[in-house]
Amino acid sequence: MAAELMRESYEIQGGNFDRGGEISGEIKSVLLDLGISAPDIRRAVIVAFEAEMNVVMYAWKGTLTFILTEDAVDLIVRDEGPGIPDLELAFQEGYTTATDEMRELGFGFGMGLPNMKKNSDELRIETEVGKGTSVIARIRLNAHE
Amino acid sequence: MKLREIRDLLQCEVLAGDDSLSIDVQQVVASDGMSEILAFAKSKELMVTGLTNIQSIRTADFAGCCAVLYCRGKRPDNRVIEYARNKKIPVLVTRMIMFDICALLASKGLKGVS
Repeated sequence: MAAELMRESYEIQGGNFDRGGEISGEIKSVLLDLGISAPDIRRAVIVAFEAEMNVVMYAWKGTLTFILTEDAVDLIVRDEGPGIPDLELAFQEGYTTATDEMRELGFGFGMGLPNMKKNSDELRIETEVGKGTSVIARIRLNAHE
Repeated sequence: MKLREIRDLLQCEVLAGDDSLSIDVQQVVASDGMSEILAFAKSKELMVTGLTNIQSIRTADFAGCCAVLYCRGKRPDNRVIEYARNKKIPVLVTRMIMFDICALLASKGLKGVS
């Protein structure tokens, strides 16, 4: 296993739309400062943003942990929330359980999980209805030249 | 097409990035769904949306869009404009609806993304 170069954890507040995306913005700044390539930053930040917004929209609270190794960015997002009853369905483009209010805010069109999958090299979702969901994503660095 | 020409064509008001109107725009991504923008934008597109919250600018920033154009005369609040300035993302607003914006830009040779 590659050695960890950096690890940061951030608290995500469920329901706080105003701050939704703030943590992903911080991760982008950190990756820029570290000189990570623009395409890798883009992929990591899109995964982080979609996962962060899912916690903001659906869960009560969560944490986003960002781990940098020599060859990858790992993102672990764990929430305390309603969980996902049918994971296979949730991965279908266009499938959504979002409310009208969420859609008015620009989210919940059924593209979040597909976007996370598309932009990560490994993606694992663990979920338990009534308890919460964990998203574990790996974005390999310099793997898509 | 320069952002300046788009401003004139669509009768836009520039809310941020007055000094960045020489940016060259070749592609457009248009949606009120932020995940759709993130899914389809490749980089450097003009983002056209009716969504004016802070996530619209965050989406443009993360997707790598070159500028944001709000349709239907929808104006973001000052905090959002300030955030866009910090991120160096030009922001324009026009009274036109999204369909007309896209039709006019397409008639000038700009392409969509898919």
